[in-house]
Amino acid sequence: MRYRYYFKNSMLILLLLTAVVFVFSSKALAADTYKIGGIFSVTGPASFLGDPEKKSMELAIEQINAAGGIDGRMLEGIIYDTEGDPQRAVQGITRLINRDNVIAIVGPSLTPTSLAVLPFAERAQVPLISCAAGIAITEPVKKWIFKTAQSDVLAVASVYQHMKDNGIQKIGILTVSNAFGESGRDQLLKQAEEFGIEIVQADSFGDKDTDMTAQLTRIRRNEPEAIICWGTNPGPAVVAKNVQQLGITIPLYQSHGVASPRFIDLAGDAAEGIFLPTGKILVADLLPDTDVQKSFLLDYIQAYESKFNQPVSGFGGYAYDAMMMLKEALPGTNGDKEKLRDNLENIQGLIGVSGVFNFSPTDHNGLGPDAFVMVRIENGTWKLVE
Amino acid sequence: MTQELLQYLFSGITNGAIYAVIAIGFSMLYSSTELINFAHGEFVMLGALSLVTLWGGFGLPLPMAFILSVFGVALTGLVFERLAIRTVRKPDHIVLIIITVGASIFLRGVSMLIWGKDAYSLPAFTDHPPLDLIGARLLPQSIWIVFIALVCAILLHLFFKKTLTGKAMEATAISKKAAWLTGIPSEKMILLAFFFSTGMGAVAGIIIAPITMVSYDMGTMLGLKGFCAAMLGGLGSLWGSILGGLLLGILESFGVGIFSSSLKDAIAFLVLLLILYVRPGGIIMAKDVKRF
Repeated sequence: MRYRYYFKNSMLILLLLTAVVFVFSSKALAADTYKIGGIFSVTGPASFLGDPEKKSMELAIEQINAAGGIDGRMLEGIIYDTEGDPQRAVQGITRLINRDNVIAIVGPSLTPTSLAVLPFAERAQVPLISCAAGIAITEPVKKWIFKTAQSDVLAVASVYQHMKDNGIQKIGILTVSNAFGESGRDQLLKQAEEFGIEIVQADSFGDKDTDMTAQLTRIRRNEPEAIICWGTNPGPAVVAKNVQQLGITIPLYQSHGVASPRFIDLAGDAAEGIFLPTGKILVADLLPDTDVQKSFLLDYIQAYESKFNQPVSGFGGYAYDAMMMLKEALPGTNGDKEKLRDNLENIQGLIGVSGVFNFSPTDHNGLGPDAFVMVRIENGTWKLVE
Repeated sequence: MTQELLQYLFSGITNGAIYAVIAIGFSMLYSSTELINFAHGEFVMLGALSLVTLWGGFGLPLPMAFILSVFGVALTGLVFERLAIRTVRKPDHIVLIIITVGASIFLRGVSMLIWGKDAYSLPAFTDHPPLDLIGARLLPQSIWIVFIALVCAILLHLFFKKTLTGKAMEATAISKKAAWLTGIPSEKMILLAFFFSTGMGAVAGIIIAPITMVSYDMGTMLGLKGFCAAMLGGLGSLWGSILGGLLLGILESFGVGIFSSSLKDAIAFLVLLLILYVRPGGIIMAKDVKRF
């Protein structure tokens, strides 16, 4: 009995001692690094977003540290995987805030995971820079939340501007019935009037549908001057094929959701002549030398491809931009989150992968319509449209 | 207007023929074993992805890739029956159906690992421009689909009506015990039913591959549609499945064209409910087959 009592006590003391040592050592470590949290869907269905984002964040940290860190202090990245699941995202962010004591968070990758974690970052007053596209993340503006990805609003505006410039007034739209398509559809309907465009027929298709000729026939009956299809692979490729098969000759526009070489593979020669908005990274080498982003983009692509030995993805830039913002905002803050947040909000003219960022108290995305360029698919590759 | 109606009809028949081939697979297994195989859609997917590998990847001639895919998938069906269905100690219907649901998740997962998450596309069987009929476009691939579906149906019909093995399969379906007493190896007949059923699934996957995109998760929705078509036409009946498939396809396409694309599935399923209300056994009721 007595022996066990002592044993228990000594174990307790030992435990306390280790804890004290651990706390002190981690405190001591924290004094010379800035800890930045990353939270991406590295695995799971959205790994095509999270994986390049994680790599880009690591790349940026490596580059910043190689250049001597910030105010002489190194950056330390702590990255967790959400697997695209909002619940795991919440677990990850609580760990980042409570256990790892990070001064800023980059991610999550998806709109649903971002929306799930926002309240936690707000409550803990930690600046969070989301990599997701959903407009609800920064609208209405939340004090501690920023985002780097271009939203649908800008993509739709680029498409409509191009139509307006080419005298197209009557259009038919065909959207996929999932979150991406619904959000695009809302924006297409909302902004049409502003550009003097009339939507004569709005149809949708299921993301597993195998044939869209019925929808296209119906759209054709209403005699539009162009068709916009808003979706992510593989549906839009089927639409492109169907348009060709039906012999529809009016211009077909697609969304930035299919802006990858994969779409050209899938649609084959049906992809010829399709217009779509895309971030500049896809066409970096085609940009005119006067473009302010060109050299930045080429540097990023070169660094990414040589470090990871794989072609750059259009999505890693969201995390890279977030790190560039922190690099801009961190100096002089001495790790104070309030100051860091204020500096982020005051960023002006920061050149990034997704565009040029100009933040303000009313705009926490900071991108303008120039974040997108219109491209046309010609001979199986992208061509910039003037 | 006639031009549009004709276009809806073409698109409906194309989709309908695919639903029909899938429905035949459901029906055949049901009439032999009284089992609804909810993994059937995954065999459709396996057929399509096998064709992607054999025809698109290895560059085998199309007829050879076609036959190899069908046999490969049918063999997978046999393995599925041996490992997952036969080994069940208490073969209740509910238990077996749950097993097929599990198998469908398993097959999807394995295919995702083998073929990845990206979609693939294949060219049409024959490189011919679409035919123009009073302004409506008919795809050569649609003709292929309808043709292959019909050939399959006729072959199966002849097999069941004219051959001893076919009749033995029907006998097993009517009463397993009685068939066994007359000397029919009922276990073998059930195995054969799995072989044919999953093979038909593969055929559906192969003929649909060129008109749509092929991916590991394409099977679930197609399986569901095929099941509805089988119910609509009369589960257990060959010609009922074909009728049900075509009807479902045409209803969907006219639903989109005349009403609204968002109501497409709703219209098709509403008609399904109505028909099942009036004729609970489907349009063509299979005789002599016990139902649940």
